[in-house]
Amino acid sequence: MFEFAGWWMPVQYTGIVEEHRAVRERAGLFDLSHMGHLVVEGPDAAPALDALVTFDVGAQAVGQARYTVMCLPGGGIVDDLVVYREGPERFRLVVNAACREKDRAWVEQHLAGWQATLSDLTGDVALIAVQGPRAQELLMPLTRGLDLDALGFFRFAEAEVAGIRATVSRTGYTGEDGFELFVQATDAERLWDALMERGASVGAVPVGLGARDTLRLEARYPLYGHDIDETTTPLEAGLAWVVDFDKKDFIGRHALVQQREAGPLRRLVGFVLEERGVPREGYALLDPESGRKLGTVTSGTLSPTLQRGIGMGYVAAGAAEPGRLLGVDVRGRSLPARIVKGSFVPIRTRSRTGTRKRPDQATG
Amino acid sequence: MYPETLKYTKEHEWAAIDGRRVRVGITDYAQRELGDVVYVELPKVGATVERDGRMAVVESVKAVSDVYAPVSGTVVEVNEALQDSPELINKDPYGEGWLCVIEASNPDEFALLLSAADYRAIIGETGSSGG
Repeated sequence: MFEFAGWWMPVQYTGIVEEHRAVRERAGLFDLSHMGHLVVEGPDAAPALDALVTFDVGAQAVGQARYTVMCLPGGGIVDDLVVYREGPERFRLVVNAACREKDRAWVEQHLAGWQATLSDLTGDVALIAVQGPRAQELLMPLTRGLDLDALGFFRFAEAEVAGIRATVSRTGYTGEDGFELFVQATDAERLWDALMERGASVGAVPVGLGARDTLRLEARYPLYGHDIDETTTPLEAGLAWVVDFDKKDFIGRHALVQQREAGPLRRLVGFVLEERGVPREGYALLDPESGRKLGTVTSGTLSPTLQRGIGMGYVAAGAAEPGRLLGVDVRGRSLPARIVKGSFVPIRTRSRTGTRKRPDQATG
Repeated sequence: MYPETLKYTKEHEWAAIDGRRVRVGITDYAQRELGDVVYVELPKVGATVERDGRMAVVESVKAVSDVYAPVSGTVVEVNEALQDSPELINKDPYGEGWLCVIEASNPDEFALLLSAADYRAIIGETGSSGG
């Protein structure tokens, strides 16, 4: 067990690689109850929140979830989060555990003057994720009152799972299809046991923080506090797609518009090692010819799927183009690493309308 | 899981002494603490190693761990199979998961190694060698 943001959590149950493979091939269960749950509600909840996040809250449908960031005025990222619109005047923010106190203060401060209130439901709410190609097959026979097959990616709805009232969301952090279930904390153990029991039939296993990290890294999802933080902007981090520049205003917009025009000075790149080795956070990224330092690894691991070292790190914008060779300083040796575009493994999430992707779209 | 026939170090290496040849690996305790081993950096054959000096690196998904030489000498053999199958360290730490063989330069150092009972005491495991 390992302490993370005040929660005791298992790094692994049976083994990181085995758990990782189970999620890619079958299904895995994650207890993510450490995540922060903040609720913003009131007549002004939508416009108040709209000033804090980078997507257009006005265009968000009830039952829709959005991945977004909150920025500082200078464009640095306060946190990345998922905003669930639960009603016209009610939003649930699922935030990083390590950022919860900061986020709560940040949101609260910016609700002043609006008719909207903030409550922190962390601790009352449990979050259990079921991820993997067989997640739906696992969940379907336990679910009442919701057609899971019709639930689109980043959509959520109320249902009964194993007789427990749950919010079922087609979201995740693994690059696979899957669901996240929000339940009352008092129901969590019963739900977990029911999922484990049913999961045996599809080969599902419990998954700890270790495999959660390797899975998200293969999908090239950034992790707050490592790949992104208050000193990095969404444009530098490759998250321009979450920023809606058509919005009239939000905190950080001015700085981000300027940065977009000038072009970011550095970019977060993904790279694959061309020789054996494991890149790790903090290792230097080098120019392979001169040995000059170009940047620093922010996340790295041995990809259980590719059986190669993969990682992310910031380099000067001029050195960030895909295909370019970098060196990773592993204990004094410069190992060649190729910058790649996009995720390290195919992303196999559902489409927004709930239909399965055609095999040629899900290239895996 | 700490064979009586082997010697140990407090840094979780084992040593199988055969004349001057010392076969070296990491203990069952070490492989369990590390978790899935995904990469091994072996010494070069012919390299000189000093007792307690860094000799190899074993990496699991989550951690990088140095392996220290239990005795001084020259590396005469390395387990090349670990390059493609580092998981042998998890599966068979005292057998196929061996790291290298050192030709000891100073057999007097053997007396400094720990017995299985001493090692078990260090890692807080007592009782039978059944582990």
